[in-house]
Amino acid sequence: MNALLSQFVNLLASALLMLSFAMISQRRILSLIHLFTLQGATLVAATILVGYATNQPHLYFSAGLTFLLKVVAIPLLLHRAIDRLNVRWDIETLINIPTMMIVGIGLVIFAFNLALPIAKLSATVARGTLGIALACVLLSFMMMITRAKAIPQVIGFLSMENALFFAATAATYGMPMVVELGIALDVLVGILILGVFMFQIREQFDSLDIRHLERLKEE
Amino acid sequence: MSLLPDFAHWQQLDGVLAVVTAWLALGATGVFALRRFGFVTKVLFPLGGLLGLLLSGIALTAVFQEPATAVLPLGLPGLPFHLRLDGLSSFFLLVIGATGAGVSVYAAGYFGRGEGTPPGLICLEYHAFLATMALVVLADDAYVFMVAWETMALSSFFLVTANHRIPEIREAGYLYLLVAHIGAIAILLCFGVLQANTGDYTFANMRAQHLTSFWSSAAFLLALFGFGAKAGLLPLHVWLPEAHPAAPSPVSALMSGVMLKTAIYGILRVSFDLLQTQRWWWGVLMLALGLASALFGVVFAAAQVDMKRLLAYSSIENIGLLCAGIGLAVVFSSYGMKPLAALALTASLYHVASHAFFKSLLFLSTGSVLHATGERNLGRLGGLIRFTPWIAWVTLIGVLASAGLPPFSGFVSEWLLLQSFLFTPGLPDSFLNMLIPVVAALIALVAALAGYTMVKFFGIIFLGQPREEKLQRARDAGPWERGGMAWLVMGCIALGLQPEQFIQIIDPVTRLLVHAGLGDNVAGHGWLLVPVAVDRASYGPIIFLLGVAACFLLAFLVVRLLYHGRVRRAAPWDCGYPWQTARMQDTAEGFGQPIRQIFEPFFRMTRELPDPGDEAPRYHVTIADHFWHWLYLPIAAVVERAARLIGTLQQGRIAVYLLYSFITLLAMLVLVRS
Repeated sequence: MNALLSQFVNLLASALLMLSFAMISQRRILSLIHLFTLQGATLVAATILVGYATNQPHLYFSAGLTFLLKVVAIPLLLHRAIDRLNVRWDIETLINIPTMMIVGIGLVIFAFNLALPIAKLSATVARGTLGIALACVLLSFMMMITRAKAIPQVIGFLSMENALFFAATAATYGMPMVVELGIALDVLVGILILGVFMFQIREQFDSLDIRHLERLKEE
Repeated sequence: MSLLPDFAHWQQLDGVLAVVTAWLALGATGVFALRRFGFVTKVLFPLGGLLGLLLSGIALTAVFQEPATAVLPLGLPGLPFHLRLDGLSSFFLLVIGATGAGVSVYAAGYFGRGEGTPPGLICLEYHAFLATMALVVLADDAYVFMVAWETMALSSFFLVTANHRIPEIREAGYLYLLVAHIGAIAILLCFGVLQANTGDYTFANMRAQHLTSFWSSAAFLLALFGFGAKAGLLPLHVWLPEAHPAAPSPVSALMSGVMLKTAIYGILRVSFDLLQTQRWWWGVLMLALGLASALFGVVFAAAQVDMKRLLAYSSIENIGLLCAGIGLAVVFSSYGMKPLAALALTASLYHVASHAFFKSLLFLSTGSVLHATGERNLGRLGGLIRFTPWIAWVTLIGVLASAGLPPFSGFVSEWLLLQSFLFTPGLPDSFLNMLIPVVAALIALVAALAGYTMVKFFGIIFLGQPREEKLQRARDAGPWERGGMAWLVMGCIALGLQPEQFIQIIDPVTRLLVHAGLGDNVAGHGWLLVPVAVDRASYGPIIFLLGVAACFLLAFLVVRLLYHGRVRRAAPWDCGYPWQTARMQDTAEGFGQPIRQIFEPFFRMTRELPDPGDEAPRYHVTIADHFWHWLYLPIAAVVERAARLIGTLQQGRIAVYLLYSFITLLAMLVLVRS
């Protein structure tokens, strides 16, 4: 039974990794938001599974919180934002996508290599997943770096947070409730600030291209 | 001893703490009465002065007591405030309280006319400044010392920039803060060396450490650098002539009269109390630095045309003399000549008190002149003795004390200092025996030049004819200002006339620091001040005063009775001039000109000489400090270049910034892995 569950967790973990790669290769903002929602849903499923397998009821709460925040609220906010800003299509990335995929594979190998000694020490159900979580963090970070527009960067930031959350669940059965609530609040506030920021640069430069911000540099 | 003492065992330390708390409370009250001029100036400031008086009274009794310690449950957990009241801190508390009392009363009149900052805020900064100065000398661990020291620097910074709408004042404040912080870093490092890796930063622990010769020298040098920055010793003096003129006059008075002395306190505390032994070359270094500062300060003072700048340079001179005196004490102490070390130390401590009184007094009187005329430039003043006689006479006493003339306080301290230099042939080192007479001669030169400077200061402002029309409408100082200045005048006179009493107060301090004192020696001779032996030197201020008074009386009577008997009245010969105008008098520039000629290598001068055919000729000279060009500007250039180099990291692209953190993250992960 337990072995099956842990296989399921591993399956979801690999789904998360797949989704991360999909997000890197995705040019269209609308599809990016769909992928992000899907990632959130996978995360919720993984959290519930881990909670069930290890009999940790508080993980159900965090799963619920994640569901509300990352599957419902934030995608909704993002949809509204792209409607109002009228930016459904994003074409540009700073580095072309095949190169990014190759660099991404390198990052995954690096992450697995890094997680190996920790995974050996760990006795949790989902010990193989730590490397995947770490890889997801690094991939999301890379996505933030390589996107030229503001909204994909925000999505990169959020998906990094997802990956971190997954890492916490996988490695230590989730963080204390207080920390989780704090992070949830942080993410929400972060979204609000980034939203304001997006509208501001839109108003200032008539575009969401963050390269315009280079002008703010001191000469 | 607990925070709330039972009154049956009320000790001096509790009293001092109560005064400090009350000062802070007064400051806090000021915040709630931000713009109520009357309340702040006529209630809070006089109350602060009263507290200062109380503090000096408590300190006067505490000097003779055994050291008392207290641990306050304030501060960080596991890191409480350690306080200690011993002879040295009591002496400085006496100076802080007595000077602060006069300045506070004066401030009640001065700030009544408003500055650029609301009076309530000035009240907060002013009283926080006083309270933290008292805390600095009370501190018995490095933690509370640094907290008090930095709060003192910050509160005085805000006081200096009270008129913050003027760009020059902001610049002066910035320079002051910069130098203060560089000094504070050195002091912090000094404490780090002194605790000798024990991790215990109380002064009691530092006293117990026996450092090697290298580390104790390192601690001393760091302390000299750090406290020297605050005191205005030579290479670090640049902030002083900028900050003192920028600050409102009561603040300049406190900074020059009292705050510079906390740095002297720090030097004394570290080199005589926290360090077990002294080395002779420390003393020689201090002598050299002190003399250089003294000479530099007095020469620059003689060349200034701004009256507050002149006083600021004169403060550098006095700090230099103090430092030279302490250096001599270190030399004596390192050779085990305790009584002579006590003499040099007594002279220095005497000068601390005397300078606190007369320099505060002079700064206050410049404030009164400034308020009466709106002028700080000596070139636009003159003849004020007729319009503001009160300020003039008070200033005269301050000027006489500052010039080191008997029977005022400055004479006693400088005389004692010279006496201590005259005893150096007893030193076992022939090199020092050759060096120190030269030093003594230089000190005599500095004293003479100080007299010259003070003649200039007084003469140009108060004597002659007014150089501007508006000076004739100048109003004399108000009652509060008079009260404050009168108190300081009394201090100058009392210190000048009662040196044997005051040396009894200094005696326990020198006993604490070098285990010897002049008290018994002085007490044995009654009215005559005899520092070492009656056949060497003695000074009786009262006798001197009586002698001078008798001479005056005799001369007066002779002139009155004999000469005036055959007066012939006629129009005076006017040297062929049909009239005399104010432009014919000696100017501030003219008076300083000989000094500028003689000491030309000291200055970096730019002169604008008028053309012979010029209809409206103008002469203009600006005097700059070599240290700016030799030391500060090169350092600033290096810092700027380094900043520009680091600035290339700043690309302005978010992707690049994110890449920086990404690479950092990867690097750290690799580090963790291996």
